[in-house]
Amino acid sequence: MSHPSTYKPGTGIEKWLDKRLPIIRMGYDSFVDFPTPKNLNYWWTFGGILAVCLVIQIITGIILAMHYTPHTSMAFDSVEHIMRDVNYGWLIRYVHSNGASMFFLAVYIHMFRGLYYGSYKEPREMPWILGVVIFLLMMATAFFGYVLVWGQMSFWGATVITNLFGAIPLIGDDIRTLLWGGFSVDNPTLNRFFSLHYLLPFAIFGVVGLHIWAFHIPGNNNPSGVEIKDVKKDTVPFHPYYTVKDGFAIVVFLILFAAFVFFNPNALGHADNYIEANPLVTPPSIVPEWYLLPFYAMLRAITFDIFFIPAKLGGVITMFSSILVLFVLPWLDTSKVRSMRYRPIARMWFILFVIACIALGYLGGKPAEGNYVLFAQIATAYYFAFFLIILPLLGLLETPKPLPKSIAESVLKNKADASAGAQPAPAE
Amino acid sequence: MQNTAAILFSAGAEISGATIPMTTTDMKEDGEPTRRDFIHIFGAATAVAGAGAVLWPLVDQMNPDASVLALSTKEVDLSAVAAGQAIKVMWQGKPVFIRHRTEEEIREAEETPLASLKDDDARNDNISGKADASDENRRINPNYMILVGVCTHLGCIPLGTTQGENRGEYNGWFCPCHGSHYDLAGRIRKGPAPENLEVPPYEFVSDTVVKIG
Amino acid sequence: MKFIAIARTLAFAAAALIAGAASAEASGGTAKHPEHQHWHFSGPFGTYDKDALQRGFQVYEAVCANCHGLELVAFRNLGQKGGPFYLESCPAGVPDNIDCSNPNDNPIVKAIAANYKYKVVDGPDDSGDMFDREALPSDRIPGPYANEQMARAANNNALPPDLSLITKARHGGADYIYSLLVGFEEAPSTINIAPTQHYNPYFHGDLSQNLKPEFIDEHGHPREGIEVPVGGVLAMAPPLSDGMIEYGDDSPQTVEQYARDVTEFLMWAAEPKMEARKSLGVMSMIYLFILAAILYWSYRKVWSKVDH
Repeated sequence: MSHPSTYKPGTGIEKWLDKRLPIIRMGYDSFVDFPTPKNLNYWWTFGGILAVCLVIQIITGIILAMHYTPHTSMAFDSVEHIMRDVNYGWLIRYVHSNGASMFFLAVYIHMFRGLYYGSYKEPREMPWILGVVIFLLMMATAFFGYVLVWGQMSFWGATVITNLFGAIPLIGDDIRTLLWGGFSVDNPTLNRFFSLHYLLPFAIFGVVGLHIWAFHIPGNNNPSGVEIKDVKKDTVPFHPYYTVKDGFAIVVFLILFAAFVFFNPNALGHADNYIEANPLVTPPSIVPEWYLLPFYAMLRAITFDIFFIPAKLGGVITMFSSILVLFVLPWLDTSKVRSMRYRPIARMWFILFVIACIALGYLGGKPAEGNYVLFAQIATAYYFAFFLIILPLLGLLETPKPLPKSIAESVLKNKADASAGAQPAPAE
Repeated sequence: MQNTAAILFSAGAEISGATIPMTTTDMKEDGEPTRRDFIHIFGAATAVAGAGAVLWPLVDQMNPDASVLALSTKEVDLSAVAAGQAIKVMWQGKPVFIRHRTEEEIREAEETPLASLKDDDARNDNISGKADASDENRRINPNYMILVGVCTHLGCIPLGTTQGENRGEYNGWFCPCHGSHYDLAGRIRKGPAPENLEVPPYEFVSDTVVKIG
Repeated sequence: MKFIAIARTLAFAAAALIAGAASAEASGGTAKHPEHQHWHFSGPFGTYDKDALQRGFQVYEAVCANCHGLELVAFRNLGQKGGPFYLESCPAGVPDNIDCSNPNDNPIVKAIAANYKYKVVDGPDDSGDMFDREALPSDRIPGPYANEQMARAANNNALPPDLSLITKARHGGADYIYSLLVGFEEAPSTINIAPTQHYNPYFHGDLSQNLKPEFIDEHGHPREGIEVPVGGVLAMAPPLSDGMIEYGDDSPQTVEQYARDVTEFLMWAAEPKMEARKSLGVMSMIYLFILAAILYWSYRKVWSKVDH
């Protein structure tokens, strides 16, 4: 949120720089003295965690690119060369591959937090939309990166995903050929995916800058969803209050991260990707990495033609719509109350929504047959109904609980509740 | 940047004063951290130490990897190299010159007074410790002069191995990049190069087969 | 105690992830679940049993290497830290100037490479021909076949997979490899199999097409009371038999012991840096827990005077 700058350049160099390029002032105003609601809970630490994830992925990725060879005949071996011969190569590669999973774990929590506390609502539409752009870029980057390993799952994942574009009427085949640079996934495909995998993280980095800028204009949302009334009573400066809190949360997150990297580095991967890509043999089941499973489930849930739309195209449209619908979410939700703390009915539907998403993730990893398809269809239907029917209607029908007058008041009330009842505070 | 450092370690005692009355008592007048700030300093120091430890793998990965360090050796059959001829072979990504010297050439190299050399170190990987740059210290079998063919100035490949190339003023090798002249034992005699050509580690497996590396 | 709540949430998320990963594994065909084995390398402090690795390499060279390559492993890897033949210091009789902890100078590794059952193809020589030579520590371990076509021609058109990563490339990992090696059985009486194939209940397959005609009804389904056997058929014959390899130590010379040893060796071949990984992991964990504790303390102190 805009606030008068309190930065006072200390040294001569700082004064000199401040007149010409006030970059220290910008950093100071945004990350040191920024008035931050004092009631942010641990769900708000995932922004900082995500920044750390991005930096880790970029650093380890640049290093891996120093040793990796993007050629179909050498890619798989060069990855094993990293694992076996390069000094600490195994560490850097396992951090990078598990880092992708950690990145998505954190981004999903971050998104659910935004959904629950209404962080996408006016005047914070831009941070939300930019966040969805980041999410899309992340998925593309993760997909390209997974192909680079050139294992069986890399190759067949790339084949399946690029074939989706073949579903587009009229120009589908041409687009597919363009993506491939040939008539199947092959060396030209691998080369361009490498180039894009290196490029996109920097695009993400840029959009993250915009994302942070955009939420610094209105200031952070907070668990009560009430805007800041009095800077003195409602906020604390970002540093040291949230630097130390985020720092602590980041370290706890790194413990989970390290547990995977050091003690179970292949738990989240698929065994078939330790077999070199073979265009003549399809693995018995092709599944994407866990973080893309919900979307894969939606893709496969459409097993029927919808009017003139064939099932294949319908699945593709459904999958992409599931993300596109997030862009218009700020205008779909009609409720003026941000936080679902004060929307008991919406909260029930939200919990059901989280369950549907997890169920989709589970079903995406199951064979597309029998009841699995049925359940995936139900969950997909609910996913869209939540955004397109429930949120628009609830805003009109639901009576929210009374809102606190200010952040300070909500904090005091919470404290009173906690000390009065033996009941533990809800884990928010 | 003193200011920034103070912010980092003082847990914002000064800056928070404007918005929230708090830790100002933790700070002495002169801004020195007190005992109560110890935990913040300790936390920051521990984090910095961890970041430093993480840095090592990120740097060390650029050092030669295990497959590069696994020195491959190279065997060369010299039976087809007649006296007066020379060949060039690749070893560890670098050219190695092997010249089969004539009796006259050997004598010329052996009779060169050490005082006329620019570099008096043998530069021979087969000799541990200090040795002078006499021809005896630059070879194993007097007939064969075996050298790493990289100019000690800036890494160009000297001429003189292939028939008809310029062998320089001392009848050995000549580096065209900046005009360094090497003699028949690969010793620098004239020009900007500071050292004699390096003698790689090698041994004779038989009279005419040499194993380099 | 929000910290507890977040920790619990993270732990739950981790458990869900692992469960998700596990659930993604099972699909297609049926097979007996691999027998769970206790391995020396299991767990966060597990290390490889050096003796087992050495015996395992012996089994690999004597048996597996007749058909399977190990192309990602070099001889020098055998002598690196954590490898089967790593030497901290030189045995008696080796000259002083040799550093035996360097895998390239390790005398055992040099001898293994020089005496290996396959030679390395090198070249071309000065006349343009390829030639065979004794292997050096820097060479990758040579396999039995020059190329895929040759491998198929020698194995009834089946391709013996390379074993460098086999324990990571199969669901069930080491347990599966062990179970497969010891699990060969007489084919159930309800199925027909080709003479070049061998039944194994642990092998993923679909035997519904192998049912004998008398057990199939007119719709092509199994008759009542007849079940399609679990497992599958593979081109590999049971490779191990009791007493076929003479061990230098007094370990039992049984199929089970051979299978355990060679599986441990293949786990090492797939994950040669495991010991370094786990020991660095333990140190990292200790560091992270200490840092978390300090930061939590610092956090509590910073916030102690603010209602939040």
